[in-house]
Amino acid sequence: MASSSSSILLHPRAGAPGDRVIVFENIAIAFEDHVVLDGVSFELLCGETKIILGVAGAGKSTLLKLALGLLKPDRGRIQVLGQDITEMPEDDLFALRRKMGMVFQESALFDSLTVRENVAYSLEEEHDLSREEIERRVREALRFVELEPTLDMFPDELSGGMRRRVAIARAIVTQPEIVLWDSPTAGLDPVTSTTIIELLVKERDVDKTSALMVTHRLQDAWVMATHLFDEKQNRMVEARPEQLPQIRVSFLLLREGKVIFDGSAKELAETRDEYIREFIA
Amino acid sequence: MEFISPTEWAKHKVLAVQDYSILAWRSLTNLARKPRYLADLMQQADIIGVGSVPIIVLTGVSIGGSLALNTASSLQQFGVTSMTGQLVAFSMVTEIGPILTALLVAGRNASGMASELGSMRVTEQIDAMRALGTDPSKKLVTPRVIAAVVMLVFLTIISDLFGLVGGWLVSRTMLGVNTYQYWTSTYQNLTFGEVVRGLVKPVIFGFVIGTIGCFCGLQTKGGTRGVGLSTTQAVVASSILVVVFDFFITRFLLVFWPT
Repeated sequence: MASSSSSILLHPRAGAPGDRVIVFENIAIAFEDHVVLDGVSFELLCGETKIILGVAGAGKSTLLKLALGLLKPDRGRIQVLGQDITEMPEDDLFALRRKMGMVFQESALFDSLTVRENVAYSLEEEHDLSREEIERRVREALRFVELEPTLDMFPDELSGGMRRRVAIARAIVTQPEIVLWDSPTAGLDPVTSTTIIELLVKERDVDKTSALMVTHRLQDAWVMATHLFDEKQNRMVEARPEQLPQIRVSFLLLREGKVIFDGSAKELAETRDEYIREFIA
Repeated sequence: MEFISPTEWAKHKVLAVQDYSILAWRSLTNLARKPRYLADLMQQADIIGVGSVPIIVLTGVSIGGSLALNTASSLQQFGVTSMTGQLVAFSMVTEIGPILTALLVAGRNASGMASELGSMRVTEQIDAMRALGTDPSKKLVTPRVIAAVVMLVFLTIISDLFGLVGGWLVSRTMLGVNTYQYWTSTYQNLTFGEVVRGLVKPVIFGFVIGTIGCFCGLQTKGGTRGVGLSTTQAVVASSILVVVFDFFITRFLLVFWPT
């Protein structure tokens, strides 16, 4: 996406490396009597990918929906791109969400729209772009996920992995400042999973997008933490030891609604916590 | 089956009324706020309006014919079968046309709205829409509500017209009523107040059908089973509300235009 020099950012990057793009302060949320998150605090820095780990039901997807303002916390404050969204009215949130992208666990493509219409959706809704420009951006986004030939197909004609890639194209077509990935490889075969992770690495390294990524698959998280995208070879390559510090990936581990780990891959690998060691084993 | 306390039940119901009121209010106030989804409005108008014409015509003709048969059997006793057109017109225009059309559209379109929006809800498409910066109440609710209101008025007029045609067919072929006599008694005896009553009702009914259909759809929980439940709820709730509102609207309008 960003590799195309003709692309003009729809949302000019506000943050510099090191700026806090998402801040959670003591967030708690419960559904009925079930406490999902309890006192969760963390920060996502500009250009960083934070991988959120935890067992099923730990509140990972809820955390993403809170970051997007789709849910309101019962307690605590959330800041996104410098704005406090905790009490923000829905109308103001719509404007902020246009600077963000989200890939849902089940893709959540609009099943009555074609792939082209799905990817073009946010461009047609909110941006004053010509038909030609929208078509160009849609094709560019689909080329990024290597699905340009599916332009006129409907989501139900695609495989699960292809739907996930269309969802990625839809999330990144506006070149958002933050992308939220909800289990992007869940339920996919290893080959397709690798393709998806390569796209995420490409998005991180080429477009420098900040991201929160929820995953159950630890191997995907390690690949994210140990690989770089080589633009010359147009593929993901394993980072040399001296390149590892360049990879801006951190880990957040949730357990029973609380953060039990927030740190780098190295710190995670060296932790002495019994539960965490068992989790990552 | 899980039992809940009466207090919890009452709370849920009050909350549902509150949520419905907010959705209904927003569906109207959205008209004053951009963006406006004209293409979606036209699409919904086509689905609700054009798509419903065949069943409205068929039921209108049948009901009109039945009305003519029923009233004529009473009128024959007094030798005034020439008044058949007047009675068919009065019943169709003030009551049966609006109610019949509303109940048919409730069955056909409130269910359609609830199942479509319900499916979108359970597959996270509504959340995806919000995540992409689009207000679902503007994009999905307002076009459906406005299309239901506008189309129900036109469908009611069509139903009234074909009801009268059905009444005429029966009067002409089975009762031997003169065509000129039928149509003259029809339009000469209909008052302005009766026509207004017959055209105000579909506006309210359309609003009820559109908002209830969308509300039930957007409240869907629990996968495909939830979609089925929402669809049933939408049809039942909108049909009941149409009948209840009909009484109050009639009572209210009779104050201004007594028969």
